[in-house]
Amino acid sequence: MKGFIIKEFYHIFRDVRTMVILFGMPVVQVLIFGFAISTEIKDAEIAILDYSRDNMSLELSNKIISSDYFILSENLEDESQIEKVFQAGKVKEVIIFGDHFARNLEKEQSASIQIIADASDPNTANLLVNYTTGIIRNYMAEKMGEQGMPIEIKTEYKMLFNPELKSVFMFIPGTITVLLMLVSAMMTSISIAREKELGTMEVLLVSPLKPIQIVLGKVIPYVVLSFVNAITILLLAFFVFGMPVQGSVILLLAESLLFIIMALALGIFISTVSNSQQTAMMLSMFALMLPTILLSGFIFPIENMPEVLQWLCNLMPTKWFIIIVKDIMLKGVGLAHIWQETLIIIGMTILFIGLSIKKFKIRLE
Amino acid sequence: MEDYIIRVENLTKKFGSFTANDNLSFFVRKGEVFGFLGANGAGKTTAIRILCGLLKPTSGNIEVAGYDVSRQSNKVKKNIGYMSQKFSLYEDMTIKENFRFYGGIYGMSGKAIREKTEHYLHKLGLEKEKNTVISSLPLGWKQKLAFSVAIMHDPRIIFLDEPTGGVDPITRRQFWEMIYEAAASGITVFVTTHYMDEAEYCQRVSIMVDGRIEALNTPEKLKEQFRVDSMEDVFIKLARGQQ
Repeated sequence: MKGFIIKEFYHIFRDVRTMVILFGMPVVQVLIFGFAISTEIKDAEIAILDYSRDNMSLELSNKIISSDYFILSENLEDESQIEKVFQAGKVKEVIIFGDHFARNLEKEQSASIQIIADASDPNTANLLVNYTTGIIRNYMAEKMGEQGMPIEIKTEYKMLFNPELKSVFMFIPGTITVLLMLVSAMMTSISIAREKELGTMEVLLVSPLKPIQIVLGKVIPYVVLSFVNAITILLLAFFVFGMPVQGSVILLLAESLLFIIMALALGIFISTVSNSQQTAMMLSMFALMLPTILLSGFIFPIENMPEVLQWLCNLMPTKWFIIIVKDIMLKGVGLAHIWQETLIIIGMTILFIGLSIKKFKIRLE
Repeated sequence: MEDYIIRVENLTKKFGSFTANDNLSFFVRKGEVFGFLGANGAGKTTAIRILCGLLKPTSGNIEVAGYDVSRQSNKVKKNIGYMSQKFSLYEDMTIKENFRFYGGIYGMSGKAIREKTEHYLHKLGLEKEKNTVISSLPLGWKQKLAFSVAIMHDPRIIFLDEPTGGVDPITRRQFWEMIYEAAASGITVFVTTHYMDEAEYCQRVSIMVDGRIEALNTPEKLKEQFRVDSMEDVFIKLARGQQ
């Protein structure tokens, strides 16, 4: 058993392709996301629609524009222009001052500002709104200090194009899922298929090793490596993107382990139905990778899909795992909230293990 | 009563409606080099896989090394070695690592493995190559190493499934010398082959045609029986007679 595991590590560490897929890919993928999605805003172009044009509205506008974050692209005349500037694409945010801004503040101690952001890039939209409200709040505090009277500027914001800000931080749970699936299922199925192709599987089956020992010997190295991968991605997420895990890290790792075992069982199942590395690779690609990416909600929101596809999505283990990771990482929920998803994955694991044991036995008949 | 190490009585194996092995019965003596011949598709590989416990027979009594193949397959497996027509060492591992791995799966101790490795490397004159990965060795060496690995756990029987496929004549000759040496040390050799000149090296041969054993005797007796000069002609006569 020990010798078997050592042997498996030799295979992994001596094959350049395997090493690249195992360790190069997670890092590269996460870093690509890191550079593609910037988390810092500088010189974002905005437009201002000011119906008041009084001293206070101009003063606040100047404060916003003179910060490093924003550049004034244009002043708008009326609301019909808002849609157009967004569609032109340069302007990321429009700030609207209502009528009589200064008078309302002085007489009623209250005025309102509306902020509209282009949320097709939800990450940026969120940051822009946060920065803007921050500046407005500062201004409010300044005024209160000067005039010694309580005033309130109500900010109201509206996300255009993507109101629920889907996919903020979505890519980390998605990346973890895709990579674990890829590494676990594809690598095991290929490595078992390779033994069959080379004829060494027969020799192993003739030896006194039990089939379960062969399978465990094959699988344990990949469990370890996948787990290392999961931790690497979480660390990168934390240090590169400052994305903390809100919930229990232990729960997250335990769920990851469960998902890894599920993917490995699936990989073994694939290898029992394929006799060459090529077949195993193609099967993993089409049966795993594409659905994992397309139907898990990683890239395309499931809610917007036609009903048939939504049904298909329910069959994807990845969909459930993404929900689990998201809930733990972003919402910080405990097991009480995600037990259903966990049960579904446990069920799938049992199903795949059962199927592959059955298949493995048939081969020996 | 003679000392038989393989006893096969009325072995039948069916795949659906196709009968791969039709009521085979034969006995192999201890320490014998037994040739198991037949054309492609005659059912040799099926029979050898049943004897090794890779397949279950449909019916029949089969005893290998004194154990029943269907009920005591684990004991059988401990006492046999197997080398398939596909070359079965790990290409990306060194000679030493292959010995260590295969010794390990047969439950040999680290010390025994080291001794055996030294022994065979010395015999093959490959001491300097022990840390060379298999993929960079010539095919003839790989074949000889695979055989050494297959008998390193001192099995009582070694099954060789077309061990010399694709090897040059000189290497084949050397390979057969290794087989004789193993047989001399008491290991029973059960070998399938395509090469009829190799059949002459065997003490007894059986010839399978369409799932049945059509002839079983020493090469000399077979040639006498069919009144021909070589095993090749015996084989052709048998195969023709069938058509």
